[in-house]
Amino acid sequence: VTVDDLYRDYILEHYKHPRNFGELQPHDLEAQEHNPLCGDELGVHILVKDGRIEDLRFHGHGCAISQAAASIASEELKGMPLAEVGRLDADWMIELLGIPVSATRRKCALLNLKVVRGAVTGDSAWPS
Amino acid sequence: MPPAVDSALRVRDDFPIFTRRFGGRPLVYLDSAATSQKPRAVIEVVAEHLGAHNANVHRGVYALAQEADAAFEGARARIAAHVGAATETTIFTKNATEAINLVAYAWGRTNIGPGDAVLITQMEHHANLVPWQVLCRERGAELRYLNLDEQGELSLEDLDRELARGDVRLLAFAHVSNVLGTINPVAEMVARARAAGAVTVIDGAQAVPQMPVDVESIGADFYAWTGHKALGPTGVGVLHGRREVLERMPPFLTGGDMIANVDHREASWNELPWKFEAGTPPVAEAVGLAAAVDYLAALGMERVRAHEQALTKRMLDGLATVPGLRVVGPPGAERRGALASFTIEGIHPHDIAELADREGVCIRAGHHCAQPLMRCLGVGATARASVGVYNDGDDVDALVGALQTAREVFALDRE
Repeated sequence: VTVDDLYRDYILEHYKHPRNFGELQPHDLEAQEHNPLCGDELGVHILVKDGRIEDLRFHGHGCAISQAAASIASEELKGMPLAEVGRLDADWMIELLGIPVSATRRKCALLNLKVVRGAVTGDSAWPS
Repeated sequence: MPPAVDSALRVRDDFPIFTRRFGGRPLVYLDSAATSQKPRAVIEVVAEHLGAHNANVHRGVYALAQEADAAFEGARARIAAHVGAATETTIFTKNATEAINLVAYAWGRTNIGPGDAVLITQMEHHANLVPWQVLCRERGAELRYLNLDEQGELSLEDLDRELARGDVRLLAFAHVSNVLGTINPVAEMVARARAAGAVTVIDGAQAVPQMPVDVESIGADFYAWTGHKALGPTGVGVLHGRREVLERMPPFLTGGDMIANVDHREASWNELPWKFEAGTPPVAEAVGLAAAVDYLAALGMERVRAHEQALTKRMLDGLATVPGLRVVGPPGAERRGALASFTIEGIHPHDIAELADREGVCIRAGHHCAQPLMRCLGVGATARASVGVYNDGDDVDALVGALQTAREVFALDRE
């Protein structure tokens, strides 16, 4: 079995069997983004209760890094106060992923957080 | 079977970049459809021009300026001759994109209006799509697309049907598709469009680097290509136009060099081709491109095509051994340019390209500037491997090996 720094077992596991994947009807918040460089698309549906993310689903298609990032983050995001979501930064996501992310793959790793932050804060410009 | 060795070129040593190592591995460059590597002959002639013959063109009376003029205009003549075009109707631009925009602005804004249609194809690069989209929106014209069959090829019957509607003023299409590799029947398409009174624009960016191209016999009103994919420098593109059409067109960009006379109220335009070359042109780049086409001509374009076609066949045969791999575009190497775009079930194209890079194999992943085509193919992205004169069978085999390794990393056989 080939062992790879980037494509670790848990990354591939999340890629092949993503958590919280699909749509959520009804939902309170939503956003959609695409990475124009690679054509990847990612959307999120969020259900809000008492100022917290009660439930969420993401959907779309993308590379192992962007899909695993969305899957791993989704487990952390459930139950998180919306105010806290707005304060999440790139380091939070990269640390959570736990793999060395090159400059070219940074966009992949952050696509999910960009969508979720966009849905919660309405700011689609992040992280630029 | 004819002996395969007959067509093989052995020119890698002419390209200095192949002395580089990446993580101890040699460079396996399979991204020539994006940009080609450059032979020493091109690199040296650019340096020599800048070091010994540099002056601005067209305005100097001194000996050095005349050398620069001769180098630049001589380059134009050699480049035109290489593709069977006339020198006076060969216009230098920044790249193929600018060449097509020149037509969309200078011809399009004066000839396209409400009720007119611009016909393009589903396989176009954004460079031969967005300028027509913008033109049609601005002028109230309709943009229509010729569909592709399952093998990524156009149908001449579809073209006839579209032209018979009587509103098509312009037909724009790729000579060779940068994603599918499809080689379009350019001369037949041009003849049909001409008979229907439509002006033709061909995007030859992928064709000129890899096969014999004779602009005169193709007969299009406009034929655009770029230097950097044809072993030349970046920053220089070429537009060949038919004299009658170019003469009736207003200029595209205005300013220095493109004028005959300027007074305080108005100006008159220079002769062809300079009427369409505003400002200081890419002189050193044109000189470099002339050296590139001389290099290709010395190899022989028939031989370049044979070499790349043999490698493409080997690549297609190798790709066919990778489980879950699907190649898009025409079957076999005869009907396609020197590339293969593909997907592998269970691995995203970006991950394919990243894992190939671990083995020093450079391939491209993404939508290849053809998002509408990706939608037609029902994929978000593909991986694409393309070959050039400097590649050999080992490069292609390295790709296939890297793809097998990628499948192992993703543990696709353990599902």
